[in-house]
Amino acid sequence: MTYSVSRIRKDFPLLDRPFHEKPLYYLDSAVSGQMPTSVIERMRQYEMYEHTNVHRGVSTLSQEATDHFEMARTTVAQFLNASSAKEIIWTRGTTEAINLVAQTWGRQNIKQGDAICLTEMEHHANIVPWQMLAQSVGAHLNIIPVDDQGELRLDELSKVLSPQTKILALTHVSNVLGTINPIKKIITAAKQRIPSLTVLVDGAQAVAHLPVDVRDLGADFYTFSGHKLSGPTGIGILYGRKALLDAMPPWHGGGNMILSVTWDKTTYIEAPGKFEAGTPPIAAAIGLGEAIRYLSKLDLQDVHTHEQHLLRRASEGLKKIPGLRILGESADKVSVISFVVDGVHPHDLGTLLDHEGIVIRAGHHCAQPLMDRFQVPAATRASLAYYNNESDVDALIQATQKSVEMFHG
Amino acid sequence: MADPRELYQQVILEHNKKPRNFGKINGCTHQAEGHNPLCGDQLQLTLIVQEGIIEDIQFEGRGCAIDVSSASLMTTAVKGKTVKDTLNLIQGFRALVRGEWNPATHGDLGKLVVFQGVKDLPVRVKCAVLPWATLQSALDGSPIASTE
Repeated sequence: MTYSVSRIRKDFPLLDRPFHEKPLYYLDSAVSGQMPTSVIERMRQYEMYEHTNVHRGVSTLSQEATDHFEMARTTVAQFLNASSAKEIIWTRGTTEAINLVAQTWGRQNIKQGDAICLTEMEHHANIVPWQMLAQSVGAHLNIIPVDDQGELRLDELSKVLSPQTKILALTHVSNVLGTINPIKKIITAAKQRIPSLTVLVDGAQAVAHLPVDVRDLGADFYTFSGHKLSGPTGIGILYGRKALLDAMPPWHGGGNMILSVTWDKTTYIEAPGKFEAGTPPIAAAIGLGEAIRYLSKLDLQDVHTHEQHLLRRASEGLKKIPGLRILGESADKVSVISFVVDGVHPHDLGTLLDHEGIVIRAGHHCAQPLMDRFQVPAATRASLAYYNNESDVDALIQATQKSVEMFHG
Repeated sequence: MADPRELYQQVILEHNKKPRNFGKINGCTHQAEGHNPLCGDQLQLTLIVQEGIIEDIQFEGRGCAIDVSSASLMTTAVKGKTVKDTLNLIQGFRALVRGEWNPATHGDLGKLVVFQGVKDLPVRVKCAVLPWATLQSALDGSPIASTE
């Protein structure tokens, strides 16, 4: 069947709601992807007919819930092509996943004088946990710069990596620039230089747009958030290679992660349970599994073609507006467009677009070092998903044009 | 919901384009920095206050049109005023953007009434208030103001 965006849109009631007495144009999927009704219904079903706790002994109800919960884990493992569901840890989101690695693997392996390598296009979620660790153990951060096109300066890689570099933590796709980093190539080159290097990939902005195969990429850790993938908030994923997870100490202590507890000593179960203290967000995990099932019914090649068409239409239309500059013009980018307009602050533009029913993000996008790199305090960002259509793009272009005219008067 | 275009009137757009009293006073008697962490807006105020009167005031910084025009209009409104009147004006302005302004209690706000429309844009109240909160800090002798 050919790609029918109008059919897909029927699965998203929000896209049809009135907004300030106008149609709503949701161009903010990089902030959060909308959930199809099948995901909402699946979570509702769990809460209405299946709700209990997981991994709690003999009751059939608990066993059912555990099966659904673990089935969702298997769905995620297959989605990432992990070797086993044991390599998939539930977290609250990408941020928690990165903090988990920094506080367990990081504390175990990064010592005074060591280096942590990041890139200039990271989200604060992949900066601050490492900065906190570096400050606490006396390590330092090395940064791979970004060029004017919005691509990583890979020619700098050999200068930035040193024998002291213990981890390279980088984003798969920039949440501001849209740039798709050539992760496989980077990992191969980096590990060639430092064979003992560990690599963490922040996949938050990638999973909704690209197929991800963690083994093919060669990633040691891969993280993403459910709500960027048309799943619920409060659930995310840390993928870790089993050998790494086995060697890591636990992070949070509590129920669900122990083999036995005495006053003298506690022993822990294996990963993933070792990293999952306490009751997990069960409905959210099952919802994420359902979101992956929903997306797997779409042809990724069709989605890609559709999104790239919208991206081109939006970029070309916006570029005609006087004084407008797009941040990030990599030939290889997802359907995310950040832009600035001379003399028009993104927050003013955001307010005016909001009134036209256009939902976008205006601000620093949790990437202040990248904003500094492009010497802008903030930017306006439109992000397009598989359920957006040409009307969304045209509304954005027209409303931006109208707002800019008002300012330039 | 009110059309935000009504807020972006000529006076706001004009002060945004050509802010008054933009700069820094060397040898100021009072100063403060204001931050709006959510949007990254920031401004620095420098003042000369002598015998209870604001003799001079200047601002520097970056922000949206509402923030910049609010700072610009504020400096023109308080220059030459007593500290006491200025503190009253700060209260009046805060009341205005929250939709609680009453001419009988807060007095005449002159040109500043162009900011009245901000009350219909709750997420932008912080932008309009930042210069005023920073002025309050400067007069109170605390160096940092934040609207969060």
